[in-house]
Amino acid sequence: MLNAKIPAGPLNTKWEDYKGHCKLVNPANKRSLEVIVIGTGLAGASAAASLGELGYKVKAFCFQDSPRRAHSIAAQGGINAAKNYQNDGDSVYRLFYDTVKGGDYRAREANVHRLAEVSGNIIDQCVAQGVPFAREYGGLLSNRSFGGTQVQRTFYAAGQTGQQLLLGAYSALERQVALGNVKMYSRHEMLDIVKIDGKARGIIARDLITGELERHFGHAVLICSGGYGNVFFLSTNAMGSNVTAAWKATKNGAYFANPCFTQIHPTCIPVSGDHQSKLTLMSESLRNDGRIWVPKKQNDTRKASEIPEDERDYYLERRYPAFGNLVPRDVASRAAKERCDAGYGVGTSKQAVFLDFAAAIERYGNIEAGKRQLSNLSKAEIIKLGKEVVAEKYGNLFDMYAKITGENPYEQPMRIYPAVHYTMGGLWVDYELQTTVPGLYSLGEANFSDHGANRLGASALMQGLADGYFVIPYTLGNYLADEIRTKAIPTDHPAFVEAENKVKETISKLMGIKGTKSVDHFHKKLGKIMWDKCGMARNEQGLKEAIEEIKALRAEFWKDVRVPGAEKEFNPELEKAGRVADFLELGELMCIDALQRRESCGGHFREESQTPDGEAQRDDANFSYVAAWEYKGPGQFELHKEELKFEEVIPSQRSYK
Amino acid sequence: MEHYNMNLTLKVWKQQNKNAQGGFETYSVKDISSEMSFLEMFDVLNEQLINEGKEPIAFDHDCREGICGMCSMHINGRAHGPWAGTTTCQLHMRAFKDGDTITVEPWRAGAFPVLKDLTVDRTAFDRIIEAGGYVSVNTGNAQDANCLPVDKHKADLAFAAAACIGCGACVAACKNSSAMLFVSAKVSQLALLPQGDPERQTRALNMVAQMDKEGFGSCTNTGACEAECPKEISLTNIARLNREFIGAGFSSEK
Repeated sequence: MLNAKIPAGPLNTKWEDYKGHCKLVNPANKRSLEVIVIGTGLAGASAAASLGELGYKVKAFCFQDSPRRAHSIAAQGGINAAKNYQNDGDSVYRLFYDTVKGGDYRAREANVHRLAEVSGNIIDQCVAQGVPFAREYGGLLSNRSFGGTQVQRTFYAAGQTGQQLLLGAYSALERQVALGNVKMYSRHEMLDIVKIDGKARGIIARDLITGELERHFGHAVLICSGGYGNVFFLSTNAMGSNVTAAWKATKNGAYFANPCFTQIHPTCIPVSGDHQSKLTLMSESLRNDGRIWVPKKQNDTRKASEIPEDERDYYLERRYPAFGNLVPRDVASRAAKERCDAGYGVGTSKQAVFLDFAAAIERYGNIEAGKRQLSNLSKAEIIKLGKEVVAEKYGNLFDMYAKITGENPYEQPMRIYPAVHYTMGGLWVDYELQTTVPGLYSLGEANFSDHGANRLGASALMQGLADGYFVIPYTLGNYLADEIRTKAIPTDHPAFVEAENKVKETISKLMGIKGTKSVDHFHKKLGKIMWDKCGMARNEQGLKEAIEEIKALRAEFWKDVRVPGAEKEFNPELEKAGRVADFLELGELMCIDALQRRESCGGHFREESQTPDGEAQRDDANFSYVAAWEYKGPGQFELHKEELKFEEVIPSQRSYK
Repeated sequence: MEHYNMNLTLKVWKQQNKNAQGGFETYSVKDISSEMSFLEMFDVLNEQLINEGKEPIAFDHDCREGICGMCSMHINGRAHGPWAGTTTCQLHMRAFKDGDTITVEPWRAGAFPVLKDLTVDRTAFDRIIEAGGYVSVNTGNAQDANCLPVDKHKADLAFAAAACIGCGACVAACKNSSAMLFVSAKVSQLALLPQGDPERQTRALNMVAQMDKEGFGSCTNTGACEAECPKEISLTNIARLNREFIGAGFSSEK
């Protein structure tokens, strides 16, 4: 049984207690301890900056041309914090409870409670850095609602919250670079972990401009490389988002937890053709004001404006009156799929539902008219005022929608459909965010720890920054305190040589295949298998087929992929090939994990396990555990379980009705 | 919106590496859907090149939703192409018609050397931020966020400046390759907020000094940067930077 090292004592004092008793490293010793951080999104940048401030010698790596490009930048809607600035009944406990419930009781209570505890500090820290959150006229911070909650605890900066938070963390990081505490390696990709005497002691990285391999020593290595949603090829992730760093960690002994827990986000712009390279999210915040509906008649081809009110089915409001359009993502996604599968979908593909702002525009127009004490306005004038308010709240999202689809969402409802967005699974970590390899840590989306089987909106940013700013500075010290006598290990150590040779071999193998099909060809095929058989709904037969299909595809990849160009140069195709090779292994593990979890929970919907009205049916007696997989060789994984004990929240059938 | 397909001729800058001599190469692509994004059209071209056994074109891109700032193509003489307020990745092919010839170049600026084909080195921007584009506050020092009320108007202006994605289109659009719009966006964001106040003077002086050191040109108030900026960062930020810089020059004690 895995030991999560959860501190003893009552839930609400565990973290205080831990901080009061963990080991410390004195400032002089910190200067000789080196830490490697992989990835510079919210988790990586905040960790690198905070550790640099503490005085550790930090090396940070990202594959993009600048740390500011990490995909956290694309997060739109907001960041949760239990500030209770709205006086609407929020508290640390509520945020904790909502997150555990939202995750369908598959998250670790102690981690989630800590997350809720530090959530307020994050907002304070970001404001201090100059992050321009939305404000009210009195100068105080503004909040809005997100799915799965009944309070307003989401802080935001228009539809660009991730951008503003990341630029805050990035500026803190660049400040440490300027001070010489952090050395930044952009356009570098980590291709292996170096282990010495069982501990993580460094990495092998490829300089993406020159193609040269480099060896880097560290007393500890932090994997902050984000999620693996791109295994589906089409997702809302950036094109470069990948699992490679986390997967190399897995192959070096770090367990990979709950890989089948993937989040399909309900509000994305639908696929428009075979050429599609990625999907674009329309923030969940839009569900604050947008109403989701489909025609009551099957195969209705009328325009939205021609369908009268009483012929519209606002199916979320109908099925879930308590939460309405703000049900959690997994619930909203499945409901959209159900309607479309039943023949009520809209648009040319019929794989879409409407997200309609007409009512909100009118409501805001009336409020605005009231504020300005304007009476006797025509409906057109009210709508004009309403559009201005909506533009201020969601302008960038509406513009993006218009650019992509060529349609004006102020005039006609958006068409949306679920798409792969986030991965709750990731490297297994204990309470200290340490993987099963000593000295190897994982933060942010790359780990599995806080969201269970479904993440609530506006919680990813919270977790990334919590891990980086407020957790790792304490827990890493607790490990490094015992490493102060370890001198920097020279990189001509045999373990470095061996790891580098292994990387070289893989690269030569990829370059040497000289097959006939592009990397994208294989990636798209893998994505289709995953989406069809390990997507929004899964069943035993489909998963078994998928495993065989992925094995066959992987074999074909290694026989027939064509990687053009040379090894020792800037070669984006070679980068992609390495990442897709890893996705081809991970995809299989996701299906294996989905197959063993014969229950539905959160984003994992096994068709065999549903309630009479089609909701996810958990099986707590048999599956109340974290599934952590140990890599045992190609296609071979051993399951280790971490039992989930609920002391505060009693698991129940999740209801948003 | 009506969909249509088109055949296009592309003249694309090819350059093996930083030190090599570059030049245009001509390609043709067929049956491009008007629904595709500009980069998806490049995906089609690259797939075609790989299948023909040729080398694909290297270009920077990542989020493909207009926010990471990585994509950077100079299209028909304009940074990010013909649409206003749009990054290359959000430019869609309905901006073009059947039979068009499209010229695609990398950003052209001495401070942004070409790495390969359409990919340039923009690390100069990171170094400018290092020179002062931050508030010096360590983690854990913050007071409660609402202890610091900020005038909504100023907060909105700061946000509008902070929306800069650091793509470098302003530099590419400028005849002098000036980075003033980029620098002024960061200086403005922090000058408008009380958090940025203590370091206001040194920030303006140091960021401008670094900008000059990186070899960016001077600003002659032409306004091409604002016209081509995909986030429509306002030229008034440059005016504010000038005030900050001059004010700091007069009153700084250093």
